Amino acid sequence: MSTNRPSEELTSTAGAHASDVPERFVDPGLEPHPVRLADRSPEGAKRVERQVVGVLLISILASIGGIVGFFLIPVGTTLMDVRLSTLVLGLGLGLGMLGIGVAAVHWAKALMENAERVEKRKPVLSSPEVREEAVEQLTTGIEESGIARRPVLKGALVGAAALAPLPFVVPLVGGLSETWDVNKFRHTAWGDVPDGTGGRLPDGTMGRRLATDPEGRPIRAADVTIGSAFAVIPHGLPDEENYLEEKAKAVVFMTRIDPNELTVSPERRDWSYDGIIAYSKVCTHVGCPVALYEQQTHHLLCPCHQSTFDLANEAAVVFGPAKRALPQLPITVDTEGYLVARSDFHEPVGPSFWERER
Amino acid sequence: MSTATTSTQSDTAKALAKAGPAADYLDRRTGIGKVVREFARKVFPDHWSFMLGEVALYSFIVLVLSGFFLTMYFVPSMGHITYPEDQLPVTMQGVGMSEAFASTLRLSFEVRGGLLMRQIHHWAALLFVAAIVAHMLRVFFTGAFRKPRELNWLIGFTLLILALLAGFSGYSLPDDVLSGNGLRIADGVARSIPIIGSYASLALFGGEFPGTDIVPRLFTVHILLVPALIVALVTVHLILVVVHKHTQYPGPGRTEKNVVGYPVLPVYAAKAGGFFFVVFGFLALLGGLVSINPVWIHGPYDPTPVGAGAQPDWYMLFLEGGLRLMPGWPEFVIGGFTLSLNILIPGVVIPGLLFTTLAIWPFLEAAVTKDRGEHHVLDRPRNAPVRTAAGVSVITAFMVLNVAGANDLVATHFELSLNGITWFLRIMFFVAPVFAFWITKRICLSLQRRDRELALHGHETGRIVRMPSGQYLEVHQPLTDEERWVLVAHEADRMLEIEPPEDENGVRRPGYSADKQRLRLSRFFYEDRVEPVTPAELAAEMAAHGVHGDSEQPAIEEPGGLRDTFARAEEEPAGVTAGRDARNNPPSS
Repeated sequence: MSTNRPSEELTSTAGAHASDVPERFVDPGLEPHPVRLADRSPEGAKRVERQVVGVLLISILASIGGIVGFFLIPVGTTLMDVRLSTLVLGLGLGLGMLGIGVAAVHWAKALMENAERVEKRKPVLSSPEVREEAVEQLTTGIEESGIARRPVLKGALVGAAALAPLPFVVPLVGGLSETWDVNKFRHTAWGDVPDGTGGRLPDGTMGRRLATDPEGRPIRAADVTIGSAFAVIPHGLPDEENYLEEKAKAVVFMTRIDPNELTVSPERRDWSYDGIIAYSKVCTHVGCPVALYEQQTHHLLCPCHQSTFDLANEAAVVFGPAKRALPQLPITVDTEGYLVARSDFHEPVGPSFWERER
Repeated sequence: MSTATTSTQSDTAKALAKAGPAADYLDRRTGIGKVVREFARKVFPDHWSFMLGEVALYSFIVLVLSGFFLTMYFVPSMGHITYPEDQLPVTMQGVGMSEAFASTLRLSFEVRGGLLMRQIHHWAALLFVAAIVAHMLRVFFTGAFRKPRELNWLIGFTLLILALLAGFSGYSLPDDVLSGNGLRIADGVARSIPIIGSYASLALFGGEFPGTDIVPRLFTVHILLVPALIVALVTVHLILVVVHKHTQYPGPGRTEKNVVGYPVLPVYAAKAGGFFFVVFGFLALLGGLVSINPVWIHGPYDPTPVGAGAQPDWYMLFLEGGLRLMPGWPEFVIGGFTLSLNILIPGVVIPGLLFTTLAIWPFLEAAVTKDRGEHHVLDRPRNAPVRTAAGVSVITAFMVLNVAGANDLVATHFELSLNGITWFLRIMFFVAPVFAFWITKRICLSLQRRDRELALHGHETGRIVRMPSGQYLEVHQPLTDEERWVLVAHEADRMLEIEPPEDENGVRRPGYSADKQRLRLSRFFYEDRVEPVTPAELAAEMAAHGVHGDSEQPAIEEPGGLRDTFARAEEEPAGVTAGRDARNNPPSS
């Protein structure tokens, strides 16, 4: 296999001159060094010096200005003060630093002796003698340890070294989570009805009341007008332990659509109440809150990645990167007229995970 | 003048005499004299693009300094508190939030200079990653990653990954709505990983999202683990730069065996050192004048609200764009287990491919070229058309994803259909990189042809002359040797030549099929190429229509005679004169 950088068979089109011209051009050597104004005239050099000093003076003044601003401008009283303080300190620090930089660069470019110099490169690799010596030393070292002659010792060492980190790594990784129970993903607060958070259904069972987010006020069915949009959490949730974790799973989007416009599958007939429907607000894509509702089309849009769900059609995906419809929360009204959940969601909410369908 | 010089000299002598005892003290204890002798006048080549790595280093220093300020006030805890009624901003008074968010507000509004430092820190982080990427692109397009610098390329690559990690972990610390949703997305992506995804999610958050562990954990990652690794790797990166000596652009007198530039003392130290202050000053001005990430507008993290038009920091935008572009259908349930390819592909596979390609490129190219030589003189990007085209193609795909990450803003600003933009970008993700590759390669080859043209015929002067015969000609001004050298110095890369599949006895040669694969790659890289001009070609070109005025060619070379006839000496720029002198007296080298 030949190298790809041959130099012998380059095109020769020259004819008569071919014999007395070289194969390739010859490096002409360093170009002549350009002479600057400051090199030629002392006045020019003096002027550059004045410019550098001027810029440094600006830097000094800016730094002093910044410190004075720190003492004169209070913060924590009005927004205006915070803005002014940030501005003055920023200008002081910024111009103070920038001045030094600009002065140094200008000085280097216009005033300092700037003839280019040539330095030889040394080969990166060590010389043959050094290499030989290194190999010899390694060999001697290994020989003196005797590891090559004692295979059992070698095996034992490898085994010990492989196992020793485990008592460190296993507790580190094993303790990262307080629980490894994946089933937690399947349960939300809608499945529990602690005292004082539920309402009695006509059939005598208890259901968790729907409450507004973040006020936590229970909602009457009569208050949900057609087209209105509610962010809903389980009643009494803010007082519970693990509030944010539970809220992150249980949050629901609720609206009312004219029942004639709703497509409802047979098994979900009693999951809505007179056109009031409630769907998980956690996107089935990667879990952002699905927050943008368009009344006319009944489309619910996730602002993170634009998955779009059709609420009139059981929140089926109409566009975007989500695959599954939003889980529906079965709701009804209790004996006092408040909206309650019939049960927890019938499937895990939020993004997919490996064991989701198990 | 002479008195001034004398006094300067005696000043220097005095200064040295003063510093003498201290230097002596140090040298006797550290042997620092050897180091000073080695480095004080070390030569560094000068080019604006060599500054990009410096910008990265300097913004890292600014990050460490401003970050130190922030740690004085930041409380890395997700404990729940209510924001006091007597502290700014008014909109947050009485709102429940984590201590992390509350301390972010406090250091912004109650601590003098706190907001400035927060903003400097955030701007510096954006600049840090941008400078690393720009530096990496410079190294890529000029071929600076070639032997002996492949390992340093890998270290730089690791630094990029660490910078992204630093950025993401820092962005999430204030525990505001935007960063909380960013973590929510990270959780969703983690869960999509087959088999271990659910456990990865639990491990990340110490239980269910959001938990109370993630901010303290990210804090440790952000202020200890990642910066320590960055400092260590930057050190190795710079040591290797010293070991290899810096690369240089091709030019007269620049060879593979030397390095041409300015000595550390005084020019390079003043320029590079001064440039640190420029970067710091620039970032401080940005921090003082331009607001960034005002977290109090969106409020503390809460799982319900999210704003439209929310974008992550720029370096995460391509991931966000990928998630937005991917259609939802490739989620499958296989044997009861859920495989979410709609998340896995944009969230894990595409960045994985991108970063793997980046990391292994030097080795890939070396395998194709079979090039075993050391390279210290850089390639002009046009002279490596396929490499340049591949780079531009990857950048194009990256840019498509970036636009996709802001598709909602594109839609609202240009009043276009969001779905239409998404579909357009889905197609563009596949089409644009191919088109970019093709057109970049064509442009590179055309530029090489233009270089040939220029080397052969010289500059057009715009001066038209009438010959005694009545013929009109444009006078061309030949290049100086230095100008020409830049255009003709490189070797055109050739395709590999492999040995035939069978030897003379008709026996099949082992390793032939591997060679054939390599040949195929090599053909892809180097089949189209333009050779640099040789002296013979130039001589032939001059013989053809230079000295003889009766040529049919509309161009005239000026090897002396015509120039002397028509040139007006007073119009000639100084550089040309210098060049001509050099040509008449070629250097002995």
